[in-house]
Amino acid sequence: MNQILSKEQLSQDVYRMRIRAPLIAEERKPGQFIILQLDTEFGERIPLTIADADAKEGSITIIFQAVGKSTKLLARMEEGEKIANLVGPLGRPTHIEKFGTVVCVGGGIGVAPLYPIAQGMKEAGNRLVVVIGARTKELVILEKEMRAIADEVIVCTDDGSYGRKGLVTAPLKELCEGDPKPDLAVAIGPPIMMKFCALTTKPYGVPTVVSLNTIMIDGTGMCGGCRVTVGGKTKFVCVDGPEFDGHQVDFDQMMQRLGSYREQEKIAAAGCNLHNEAVKKGLKE
Amino acid sequence: MSFHTPESLQEAARAEWARIQSLPQPLKPRDRLSIPMQEMPAQEPLARARNMQEVALGYFEEQARVEAARCLQCKNAPCVQGCPVRISIPRFIAALAEGDPAKAIAVIKETSLLPAVCGRVCPQETQCQEPCTVGKSLKSVEKAVSIGRLERYAADWEREHGAAAAPVVAPPTGKKVAVVGSGPAGITVAADVRRAGHEVVLFEAFHKAGGVLVYGIPEFRLPKAIVRAELDTLKKMGVEIRTNFVVGRTRRITDLIAKDGFDAVFVGSGAGLPKFMEIEGENLVGVYSANEYLTRSNLMRAYDRERAVTPIHAAQRVAVLGGGNVAMDAARTALRLGAKEVHLIYRRTEVEMPARVEEVAHAKEEGVQFHMLQNAKRILGENGKVAGIECLRYELGEPDASGRRRPVEIKGSEFQMGMDAVIVAIGNESNPLIEQTTPGLEVDKWGHIVTDENGRTSLPKVFAGGDIVLGAATVILAMGEGRKAAAAINEMLKG
Repeated sequence: MNQILSKEQLSQDVYRMRIRAPLIAEERKPGQFIILQLDTEFGERIPLTIADADAKEGSITIIFQAVGKSTKLLARMEEGEKIANLVGPLGRPTHIEKFGTVVCVGGGIGVAPLYPIAQGMKEAGNRLVVVIGARTKELVILEKEMRAIADEVIVCTDDGSYGRKGLVTAPLKELCEGDPKPDLAVAIGPPIMMKFCALTTKPYGVPTVVSLNTIMIDGTGMCGGCRVTVGGKTKFVCVDGPEFDGHQVDFDQMMQRLGSYREQEKIAAAGCNLHNEAVKKGLKE
Repeated sequence: MSFHTPESLQEAARAEWARIQSLPQPLKPRDRLSIPMQEMPAQEPLARARNMQEVALGYFEEQARVEAARCLQCKNAPCVQGCPVRISIPRFIAALAEGDPAKAIAVIKETSLLPAVCGRVCPQETQCQEPCTVGKSLKSVEKAVSIGRLERYAADWEREHGAAAAPVVAPPTGKKVAVVGSGPAGITVAADVRRAGHEVVLFEAFHKAGGVLVYGIPEFRLPKAIVRAELDTLKKMGVEIRTNFVVGRTRRITDLIAKDGFDAVFVGSGAGLPKFMEIEGENLVGVYSANEYLTRSNLMRAYDRERAVTPIHAAQRVAVLGGGNVAMDAARTALRLGAKEVHLIYRRTEVEMPARVEEVAHAKEEGVQFHMLQNAKRILGENGKVAGIECLRYELGEPDASGRRRPVEIKGSEFQMGMDAVIVAIGNESNPLIEQTTPGLEVDKWGHIVTDENGRTSLPKVFAGGDIVLGAATVILAMGEGRKAAAAINEMLKG
């Protein structure tokens, strides 16, 4: 269990790993996530979305960006090594049915969790339009996979090095202005992107689902660390989500809460031996 | 209460034991009532408020014998009626008075499975010690025989002397039982069902087993080594412990039965979603549920800043909202994490506080500041972070349905205090995970699983107990429920 079966670097900081996890592979549905921990005594528990799974082989695929202390350590692990703790699938699966036309918008590594959802939407008989956004050409992921299932794929890069130059909200707006307009939008990516996708679709009345990746510990409804305000009410991402109505989510608050430990994270990720001293100093300031 | 050093307590107990020996034997009730109650030796308050080691150190042998000599050996044994698992209390205390801890622990273990835990965390003053004749005669429950401390003494003696033998397991029956959740209820069921010879798999969602004993109750109140010893006993008995397994998600209950061949399932998944006050500012950075705060510190070891990756705010001024054991644990943890000031805010008065008397006393000794008849009205923020708290003052009005005088807010009494963290410790609602994923399982309007008196749920082969049935309760009640359910499971699987 939990062996790394393969590891691939997709771009500078982005990795794809296939991990042996037969039970999760069998049960997981689009929209669900796992939590992993690299050291049972002192490691942190981090939620990561499931990008794909192969029930026959008994494996799941995760795609992650090495940005924090634990994801950097994970990126250094090799094929054959075992991840100490891996639990899932967690969260409620995506509600999939035939809506008509579904636009799936993915930003950065948000394209990874979007892939199984797009797949599910296509299989349910929807017309599938995929919008992929990235900072620059080499950060575009899963384009080939998406092209294989989507009726239309639009790629945007911030710097114009590939596809359209600009943000994903531009093609999303055009799609909303089209006739017929999409029946559903699914947006997954950095919180700021999801916020603006939701703002883009709102005037057109296009229902918009977003998938939130917040700070979590247990992931089973016990700690409440993942709470967000949705429609004025407190919700737990782990058991009420991770998907919510994007028009109701308080993204600004969510972004603030995501930044709860930014100082500590920066220092920890630097991986410097002096980091403990620095944490103490940082906290005193 | 002034602090007495462990050495002085031992010295006093030695002298008292000599005095008792000099009295005509057997002792008369009057003599027994004259023996002073033995105080629990503890770490010095200001030192312990900055370390994670256990606060209460346990009785010295002399103290245990003196305290045991206080017991009147009442024929009607009111204490036994007060114990949820009916430990034969006078018998085990008599054994201690005779200087035979091995016999004492054997008596306790006839009915209780986790004495080292219960001796530390049971609310004895509302259970066995409440009806104690000694306390009644001396007109104070605080002067009752210290049954809990004696229980702990016997259990610790057994562990420290390597005298604990794993219970005998009956020959294999070929039947398989799934136990969901490795807290007090689950541990109890696993042991009792395994003893009957059934194969047992104990499922735990976290990466470490023990449930609330590990993520919730802090090291300074219940050392992890004690929980580990209990779990090791289960393993020695042949119980398989599977961590990182969320029943309901990794596998549904119905599939455990239909696909994996389990003959019975016990659900002891514990309390769930932390309750919040539903006041302004509760989602600011720096507001924690007590569950999250304690889990970060205990299970994830965030207090060990040198080694743990999981962070926790190093807050200087912390407000804790609530008056139960969890609130005390959170307040005392905050001190140990370096807070300069910890303010515990409770709507009623100390008399109504549900926390154990000892925890309240310990919290005060360590410097937690108690604010009674106050309640948070809103949490104040600055740039998305906690900056303070606005409270209202209350007074006690007419008694409510529970017989307790209802706190009534005093209009216009708002005042503010600067804070950089707020911990909400006002209880839990039930976890929706099992309900969401188990069609046909009956739950009440609060989401608690409905069972009969033997823990049977509305689904065949599925039993439940502990907080998921009772709402937030205690370790001993969860254990009591577990024993009943285990007996019903064993009965069902017979023959």
